[in-house]
Amino acid sequence: MAPIEREQGTRITVSDGALIPDQGETSLFSAWRISFYGALALVILLPVLSPDPYRDIIARLPMGILRTFQVTVTSIIIALGIGLITGLGRISRVTVINRIATVYVEVIRGIPLLVQLFYIYFALGRFLSLDRIVSAIAAMSICYGAYMGEIFRAGIQSIPKGQMEAALALGMSRTQALRLVILPQTVRVVLPPVGNEFIALLKDSSLVSIVAVTDLLRAGREYASTTFYYFETYTMVALVYLVITLFFSKIVAIMEERLSHGR
Amino acid sequence: MADSRIRIENVSKRFGSVTAVRNASLTVAAGEVVLIIGPSGSGKSTLLRCVNRLETASEGEIFIDDDSVTDPRGNIRAIREEVGMVFQNFNLFPHLTARDNVALSPRKVRGVSKEEAYQRAEALLDRVGLSDKYDSYPAQLSGGQQQRVAIARALAMQPKVMLFDEPTSALDPEMIKEVLDAMLDLAQEGMTMLVVSHEMGFARAAADKVVFMDNGEIIEIGAPDAVFDRPTEERTRKFLAHIL
Repeated sequence: MAPIEREQGTRITVSDGALIPDQGETSLFSAWRISFYGALALVILLPVLSPDPYRDIIARLPMGILRTFQVTVTSIIIALGIGLITGLGRISRVTVINRIATVYVEVIRGIPLLVQLFYIYFALGRFLSLDRIVSAIAAMSICYGAYMGEIFRAGIQSIPKGQMEAALALGMSRTQALRLVILPQTVRVVLPPVGNEFIALLKDSSLVSIVAVTDLLRAGREYASTTFYYFETYTMVALVYLVITLFFSKIVAIMEERLSHGR
Repeated sequence: MADSRIRIENVSKRFGSVTAVRNASLTVAAGEVVLIIGPSGSGKSTLLRCVNRLETASEGEIFIDDDSVTDPRGNIRAIREEVGMVFQNFNLFPHLTARDNVALSPRKVRGVSKEEAYQRAEALLDRVGLSDKYDSYPAQLSGGQQQRVAIARALAMQPKVMLFDEPTSALDPEMIKEVLDAMLDLAQEGMTMLVVSHEMGFARAAADKVVFMDNGEIIEIGAPDAVFDRPTEERTRKFLAHIL
């Protein structure tokens, strides 16, 4: 008789909304296609049909887009590292490690990202003068690291118990079992939610414009505040965000599809 | 006692208020094949899992040769290297090919070179009749094939003892024979085996002893023919009447 086991599925959901398009939807006029190609067409057509002021606006944005990517990509990489450590801490049998990881997750998830950003840049700025881009990346990484931690925890726990048992029975240490057997399988499970977090972080990165980092939103705002083309500028900014996030959500969906077939 | 490979002495295992195994004692000599039978929930898998400490016995002691499994200061990893285990649900590593499933532990635990580990993995897969499946992933194999890979994987550590936890229970009927044949070969080569299973045919062909457990206790131990044909205990008789 085996001891009573909780039933474990491999599906995990850690998300605040469906950003990733449903691959089953193949219709020519799927929601994704309408939004993506519609936004893309507007971004291209508006400067052509109405050069003043759209051509001017679009010329201002590339530097901001680069900065947005820089903040997003750097933050997601650091957040993945923090998340992996936090996730392992959350399943640790060592009480102290487990508590530290859990408290980190609870505290960070309970404070709005904008408040964390202000806290690191303005409040901590009294003691350590951090560069604003460094502050921005630190705030995003620390915040998203907590969410990533929960994704990794759920991912690791979704791997059937028998996998760890088989590895231990073969003489592996728990660390070896985690590294060689559990984590490689976890990657597959966490990829969709991690992709979701990447897109969410990309959008949340617009918050860093408040601490004067010239990202996509700030680039638009600087232009609008001198020309008073608020409507035109923010329309363009919104469309560019939309094109970028929809593009990445498609990539994540394709990766997910590939991985689920490659078993 | 010099030739006892596995020695289980007065072992009990409790899960909270439930006693899964009660004061069980059993010895398995080197080269012996012992089958444990009994109704579901009788504690037979729990007892088996205590032998390589996937479950920690609440009381009593277990030895593999002279090494204590139950001693918390003992080197359980060293013992597990010597004790192969085959699970009901195979538990193959789904992200690795058959060859890598078999070669992983020799490489990472024993430090065998990749070439040598692969060579041995292929030889073992040949032995269980899977010479054409080296590069298949578990999901591409049938249940019977997966279980044979699992047997090869356990053998790759060159164990002194093999534990089988209901190895054929999750298989379709037409695949049971191929797994039993692989186990039979192993028994004939003199492997010490402790098997939780109701396969009567295998018991009669290969087992030296059959152990009947009920409600956490060992009720009866004897030769297969004696236990199956002339059980001395009423509970054994009742159980056999159910499964025959």
